[in-house]
Order: sequence, then structure tokens, then C-alpha cells
Amino acid sequence: MFSSFMVNTWIAASMVAVIAGVVGFFVVLRGSAFAAHAIPHGSFGGAAGAVLLGVNTILGLGIFAVGGALGIGWLSRRGRHDVATALALVLMLGLGSLFLSFSVEYAGAVYSLLFGEVLGVPSDDLLPMAGLGIACILAIAVLYRPLLLTSITPEVAEARGVRPGRIETGFLLVVALASTMTVPVVGVLLMFSLMIGPAATARSFTSSPLPAIALSVAIALIIVWFGIAIAYVTNYPVGFFVGTLGALSYGSARVWAARRRSRRVGASPGDDGPRLQLTAPLLRAAPPGR
Amino acid sequence: MSQLLNALFATGFFASAPVRAAVVVGAVVAVVTGAVGVFTVIRSQAFAGHALGEVGSAGGSLAFLSGTNPLWGYMGVAVIAAGLMEVLGVHRPRARDVATGLVLGAGLGFAALFLYLDTTSTSTTGVTVTILFGSLFTISQPMLPTIVVLSAVALVVIASCYRMLLLSSLSPELAAVRGVPVRAVAIAYLVIMAVAVSLAAETIGTILATALLVGPPATALRLTKRPGGAMVLAGLIGVAAVWIGIVLAYDSFYWPPVDHGWPVSFFVVAMVFVFYLGSGAVASLVRARRDRRVGDPSAMGESGCEPHVDADAA
Repeated sequence: MFSSFMVNTWIAASMVAVIAGVVGFFVVLRGSAFAAHAIPHGSFGGAAGAVLLGVNTILGLGIFAVGGALGIGWLSRRGRHDVATALALVLMLGLGSLFLSFSVEYAGAVYSLLFGEVLGVPSDDLLPMAGLGIACILAIAVLYRPLLLTSITPEVAEARGVRPGRIETGFLLVVALASTMTVPVVGVLLMFSLMIGPAATARSFTSSPLPAIALSVAIALIIVWFGIAIAYVTNYPVGFFVGTLGALSYGSARVWAARRRSRRVGASPGDDGPRLQLTAPLLRAAPPGR
Repeated sequence: MSQLLNALFATGFFASAPVRAAVVVGAVVAVVTGAVGVFTVIRSQAFAGHALGEVGSAGGSLAFLSGTNPLWGYMGVAVIAAGLMEVLGVHRPRARDVATGLVLGAGLGFAALFLYLDTTSTSTTGVTVTILFGSLFTISQPMLPTIVVLSAVALVVIASCYRMLLLSSLSPELAAVRGVPVRAVAIAYLVIMAVAVSLAAETIGTILATALLVGPPATALRLTKRPGGAMVLAGLIGVAAVWIGIVLAYDSFYWPPVDHGWPVSFFVVAMVFVFYLGSGAVASLVRARRDRRVGDPSAMGESGCEPHVDADAA
């Protein structure tokens, strides 16, 4: 499991988990799960085009991911956000199906691009991955305050002169950057699952942003490590384990939160104090009395 | 005249049995998704609709594994997924995004597993592409009656709870006051959406099914504000997109760069997208003309796509 050809896999998957955990926190906070699904998924079309033209897959992925992010932003300004996301996604995937039908030898690679083939990461991929990953973290650090402001208190953000539209487009571009870096290694499914499951789990445990981000990264790392280990032993696809572990971790977090709350019934509501601002939506999300 | 026909339709178009089946199935499915999808757009449930279609991949690949028709797989898994979303809280605005995302992620996990088993057990790689991107020309003839019956059932259900659905979509509070069981209507609608999107998955694939569910209804809602009219218009737009797609795909057998046809799903999606963009242009032209007549420039910013309850609908 830790033989030399697996070392790259562990390194790549850990980098992916860190990026997904950080970006995922904001995806969950802002309720942009659909866009976070559409951008990596749609960029698959770009990869298919790159293979057809014989250029680097990362280039195709990047162009489609960034184009998708900008396209969603452009279409949303002229219509409903979710409709815009859906149509941008199917257009990119439709182009992907077209490119795919032109290149016959590609059928096997479709599966690995969608569902991940982490067992076999070439060493040459690690350095560009690290570069893009650092760029992602830096972008999040720069956008950190406006992202939080526009997500939690849009009124305050607007009063301070933050433009929500620009921040949204900037954030979608960060998601596009993260997708470009991760999809060729872990596939569309792993990237999406790792952005939603760990971050949603973390938010049911803690409310303040920085600990939640740290927890989200930790959970993403654990899920990815477990997923690879089980996949290595059982020979089944790693995407299955990561996808189900993500949902499982959120499910158990919800049960835990509900239990804790039912035990504390009667305690003064002031306990949650100032933190409530962030947690309120999530606490309310748990089914009462269960 | 016949020259024009020959230029539009490559030889053998009207004689081909797969084409005839595709034309019928495509039209039936487009009508259903158009009617169902209007509420998907009004209720802002495009993500849920997409997720229900895409988790169908797990069912389709499982059905392939056991040798049954993929449609039953799509539908079974989509209905289960709809139930799970409901349990996780898709009806609460703050939790709906995460609930949908988690169900989608887990469903895709199972799709990864079953597709892997498909490819290892039969050593065919084509099944992944067929399930995900569909192929309207390979619909099996014996499935035709089933598809028509399922579509009819979906339409009847939508028609019979039209008013309750409309009221609870536009104003849940008002609906609750009037005694509409808002939560039950929401669950019923999720299930109907699962059926509609499964039918769409049968025609243009699980990950492109959203195009038919969301595209034509969103286009129609830009052109008319009446939900009933939008349902009819969406059906017409969907049928047009599918039929043009079929004709182009059939003609493309003679197109470069390869000597086989271009995928029909691509043409359908492209037509849906073109109609959506075109409707935006038409809507803004109409608005500009109306504003000039009224002479009120302040109405320019009106979005025009928000449906409202008309006197005849309320």
C-alpha cells in the first residue's frame, strides 16, 4: 500500500483533500453546491476536447472550467442562477459527448476522468498540482473577508462597498482553478464529494470559520486516506468509497448534533451566544427532537 | 420541393425504424419534461432535478448488470434519491443545497461502483458512455408502450394537482392558509420530477437529462408569464429541439470528421441552448418595444421571467 508507485497517489490525494476542504467550506456556506458540481463536471468536456486535439488535458480542463465559471456568471446576470448553471453544465457536457464520439480510443479514459483513477499518478503531475493548489489557497486568503461577509451578512457587505457579483465570479474562478488541478488526478466525482461532505460535516460541529475550515480539511484527509486504503485492498473504485464516506460522515454528524441538542433541552438558549450567527441555519436544519 | 426535402433529410430518414421510434419517444418525453420542468424552474429546483437525473446513472448501470432495461434503474434510484433528499431536508431553503449535494455525491459513488462492475464483467467500455450521454437511436422498440404510459401518468398527475402545485410553488404561506398540504405536494413533485428526468435520461442520457427538464421550461417562462401557457410552450420547444436534433444527427452521418454520425444528444442540448439564448433576445426586444410604447424607461429593469398567478390561474 505504501510501495513506491503509491507514494505519488498519497501525496496527490492529500493535496486534493486540503484544497477541497478549504474551498468546500465556502461552497457549503454560500450554497453554491450546484456550481461546485457543474464546473468540475463540465470541465470534463474540455478534457475530451484536449485528447481529441492531442494537447495537454490540463489545458482543456482549465479552459472549460474557467469558461464555465464565467459562463455561469454571465448567464446568471440575465436569468435564474440555477437555470444558468444547469444550462452551462449540459452545454459543456454535450460538447464533451461530441468530442468523445470523434475519438474512438478514449472510451476507457471517460470513466477515470469522471470517477477518478488515483491509483497511478505520474510524478510530473505533482509539481503543477502543487502550484495550482497554492494559487487556490492564496486566492481564498485574499477573498477571505469579502467571501465571509457576502455569505453571512450581504447587507453589511454591500454597505461596505463589496460587490457581491464580483465576489461570486471570483469565487467561481477559484472553484475552476481547484477543478483544473484536481479533476485529472481524482476525477469529477471525488472532487465534488470532497467539497460537500467534509465541509457540511465540519459545519455541524463548529460555527466559527477558521476551526470549521481546519476540521473540514481534516475530515477530507481522513476520508480520502480511508478511501484509497479500502480501494487498494478491495480493488473497487475509490470514487465509491469517497462518495459514500462523505455522505456517511455528514449523516453521523447530524445524528450526533441532534442527540446533543435533545440532551441540552431546557438549557438557556443564550449558551450559543454570539456564535449563533453562523450556526443558526445549520442548527435549524437538524430535525427537531430526533 | 422534393429537392429541398432531400437536402434537409438525408435519404432513408422516413423509412428508418430507429428514427421513427426516436421521433415518437423524443416527442413524448419532451412534452412531459416541458410540463414538469416549468415547476422545476419556478421552484428553483434545477439542482435537485439534475441530481435526480445523474444519480440515475447508478440505477442504469445496475440494471445493465442484471440485464433489465435501464429505464427501470434510472427511475428506481431517482425515486429513492428523491426520498433521501426529503429526509435530509431538501424542503428547508438553508439545507436544500447540502442535502441535494450529498445525495448526488453518494449516488455518483454507487454509479462508479456499478459502472466499474459493468466494465469488468462484460469487458465493454461503451456502457459508461451510453448511460451517461444516451443514444436516442438505440431505444428498444418494446419499451415504447411503457414510455408512453409512464409519460401519460406523469402528465395526469401534474394536471390533477396543477393548482395546488402552482399555489404552493408561488406562495407556500398562502397555500398553507388555504389548506394545501404543502409538504406532501413538495414530496409528490419530487417523485414526479424523478420520473420525468428518468424518461429524459432514457433519451439523452443521465447527465444531459437536465437539458430537457430545465432548458425548454426556462425558455418558455421568458416568453410568457402564464404557467399553463408556459407548460404548453415548453413542450413545443422541447419537441422542436429533439426533432431538429434527430434530423441533424441523421444527416451528420455524411459529415466530417468521422464516418459515423455525430451524437444526437449533442444536437438536442445545442438546440435547447440556442432556444434559451434566442428567447432572451426576443424577451428583451419585446420589453424594449413595450417600454417605448408606454414611455416608461423605469420598467426596463424588470426581469420578465418571474411567473405570476394570473386571474385565470388563481
